[in-house]
Amino acid sequence: MHTHRNPERGDSSLAVALGWFSIGLGAAELLAPGQLARMIGLRDDPRVIALLRAFGAREIGTGTAILSNPDQAAWLWARVGGDALDLSMLASAMNRQDTDNARLGAAIAAVLGVTALDLQCAAQMTGRQDRARGRPRRGARRSQDVRIERAITINRSIEEVYGFWRNLENLPRFMRHLESVQVLDAKRSRWRAKAPAGMTVEWEAEIVAEREPEWISWRSLEGSRIRNSGSVRFARAPGARGTEVHVQLLYSPPAGTIGRSIAWLFGEEPDWQIRDDLRRFKQLLEVGEVAVSEGPGLRRPAQPAANPEEIRTLAGVNR
Amino acid sequence: MRATCWYGTQNVQMRDVPDPGILNPRDAIVRVTSTAICGSDLHLYNGLIPTMKRGDVLGHEFMGEVVELGDGVKNLAVGDRVVVPFPIACGHCLQCEREMYSLCENSNPNAWMAEKLWGYSPCGIFGYSHMLGGFAGGQAEYARVPFADVGPIKVPDGLSDEQVLFLSDIFPTGYMAAENCGIQPGDIVAVWGCGPVGLFAIKSAYLLGAEKVIAIDRFPYRLRMAHERAGAETINYEQADVHEALLEMTGGRGPDHCIDAVGMEGHAPGIVGAYDRVKQAMMLETDRPVALRQAIMECRSGGTVSVAGVYGGFIDKFPMGAIVNRSLTLKSGQTHVHRYMRPLLGRIERGEIDPSFVVTHRMRLHEAPAAYDMFLNKEDECVKVILKP
Repeated sequence: MHTHRNPERGDSSLAVALGWFSIGLGAAELLAPGQLARMIGLRDDPRVIALLRAFGAREIGTGTAILSNPDQAAWLWARVGGDALDLSMLASAMNRQDTDNARLGAAIAAVLGVTALDLQCAAQMTGRQDRARGRPRRGARRSQDVRIERAITINRSIEEVYGFWRNLENLPRFMRHLESVQVLDAKRSRWRAKAPAGMTVEWEAEIVAEREPEWISWRSLEGSRIRNSGSVRFARAPGARGTEVHVQLLYSPPAGTIGRSIAWLFGEEPDWQIRDDLRRFKQLLEVGEVAVSEGPGLRRPAQPAANPEEIRTLAGVNR
Repeated sequence: MRATCWYGTQNVQMRDVPDPGILNPRDAIVRVTSTAICGSDLHLYNGLIPTMKRGDVLGHEFMGEVVELGDGVKNLAVGDRVVVPFPIACGHCLQCEREMYSLCENSNPNAWMAEKLWGYSPCGIFGYSHMLGGFAGGQAEYARVPFADVGPIKVPDGLSDEQVLFLSDIFPTGYMAAENCGIQPGDIVAVWGCGPVGLFAIKSAYLLGAEKVIAIDRFPYRLRMAHERAGAETINYEQADVHEALLEMTGGRGPDHCIDAVGMEGHAPGIVGAYDRVKQAMMLETDRPVALRQAIMECRSGGTVSVAGVYGGFIDKFPMGAIVNRSLTLKSGQTHVHRYMRPLLGRIERGEIDPSFVVTHRMRLHEAPAAYDMFLNKEDECVKVILKP
C-alpha cells in the first residue's frame, strides 16, 4: 500500500477502487450469474442464480454508495458485511456434493483477500472520521481507551442510591450489556457481558476505593480481556431534589477500533448505552420497574404482540 | 381485537391485532367502552408528527372497564369503570411530585428520540408516535394502561361515558389553557379555534371568572356552537378584521388573555397587512403558527398568551419583540391531566358543566377511518366524534 506517505488521499483512492470493484462484480453477478457460478465452482441451478443476482444488486448498491461518499466509513463497513455473507455462502457450498471444491477454494481465497482490503480501508476511514470529529485517536495501544462521563439525578436518598449500586449484583438489572455480576468477596467480583455477534466476555474486577455513601471506584484485574475501570460519585442534589449520580467509565474495547466500529453497527455504542442504562437505574429506584412500551425504538409498531414476552425481550427487560 | 391503526398520511385502517397483555407490574388492561378522536390525532393523520410507524395503534382519549391488573396495582379492582389520562406518568419522579405529570421522567422508553428534537423528553403518551414512547393507543377494543395506580380515575355509575370521557384530555386541556391565563375579575379572554379544546377553554374561562370570552374561527357552525353552547361572542376571521373587531369588543384595550386552541395546522386568516405577507412563507414550514402569531399581536400589554394547540417543531416569524416590549407572558405545556381529573369530575358531578355538549357524532369503532376523514374535512358539521367498540 502506498498510503503511508499520504494517508488522506490514499484512503479515498482505495475506497474508490473498492467501489468500482463492487460495481464490476455486481454487474457480473447480475448479468452473467450462470457463467460466474460455474467459474467459482457452483452449480448454476435457479436458486444459486437468484442468490447471485441478489448479491449482485447488493454489490452495485454498496459500490454506488461508496463512490458517491468515498470518505464515509459506513459503506465500507457494509462491504465488510457483504464479504462475510459471500464467505458464508461459499463455505456452506463446500459441504455439498455437486460443487467443484477446488474452484470454490480459489474463490474463497479471493474473497478473503478482498475482505482484508475492505477491513483495512474501513478501519482507516473510521479513524479518519473520528479524528475529523475530534474524537481521541485509538490507533496506539494506550490511546484506545474510551472514556464516558454521564450524570443523572434520582429522586431518592443518597443512602438508598448508593446502597443499590454498591450491591453489584443489581447492576445487570439496568445495564443492558451485562448478563451477570457475581460477588466473590468484599472487594472482588466476576462480570459477564454480552459482546457483539452473540458472544459473551467475562472478567474479574475489584473495588479499589470506596467511601460510603459518596463514591465507589473499581477496575478490572490484571489479565482481563477487556481492561476497564470506572467510578461513580453520589451527591445530595440541592433543594431536596434527590441524589446526583456521576458515572465515569474508562475501557478498552475488544479488538480496538474495529471492535468499537462493529459494536456501533450493532447499536452497542457505549455512550448511548450508558445514558440508557442510567435512565433504567433511575426508573428502578424511583418506580421499582422499567416501563415497557409496545414500540421500543422504531423496531416494531406500537401494537400489542401475541406474546408479551416478545416485547419485553425486545425492550431488554427480560431477565 | 380490532384496533385503529396508522398506515401513513391520511391512511387509517381497522386491523385485527393481538389483545394487549400485562407488560409491567403496575399495568392494567381496560376494555374500552368509549374512545374519541382528538384534534391532535389529525396531526398524526396528516403525517406531521415524526417517528410514527405503520401499524401503530392510535388513540389517547379513552375509558372503559378494568379487566386485568398487574400485581403492583392496589387501588383498582377488576370491574372498575375508569377514565384514563392521555399522559403516562409514574407518580414518583420529581416532576410527578410537583404535579407536572406530562413531564414525567420515567414514562418514555424512547426518551432519546424526544431528546434529539426537544432537548429533554416529556412523558410518554398513548398512541402518539414512538418519540413519545411507542405506546399502543386506545382506539381499540382493549388497551394496556401503564402506571395504572397513578393515572386512571374511577367514575360514578350515575354519569354517562359522554359526560366523563373528556376528562382524559380535552376538558382538562381547555381548563389548563384558561387556568394558565390567571384570570382576574373583569378580564376578557380571546380564544382562537372553536374545536373541542377551544370550546372547553371558553367554558373554563367563564368557570374561572372571565367577564367575557371572544371566540375566533372561520366555520359558522363552530362559531354558532361557541356562542350558543359556551356563551362566547364570536368573530369569523374570514368575514371580519380580527384586530378591528377585538378592539371594538374590548373598548380598545385588547383582550387581557389570548388562548391558541389551534396549533400547528392553523389556516392563514384572510386579513390585511403583514399577516398576509408572511402567509406564503409559513406554507414552507411544518408548523403554521398563524393563530399563535395573531394571539401574541392581539394580546393587551402585560397580558398572557396561553398555548393549548400542539406544536411539533420549529416556527419562524415569531413576534418576540411584542413579547419582550409589551411584557407578555407565554404559557404552554402538554396538559398535566392527572392534576385536573378529580377537581373537574367534581364540577361535572355538581352540574357546573356537562362536557357531552361537544359531541356531534356517535359512531362504531370500526367506522374510525371514515370518522377521521369526516373530522379532518369538517363534514356534516363535525366537532367531536365518539367511537364505541
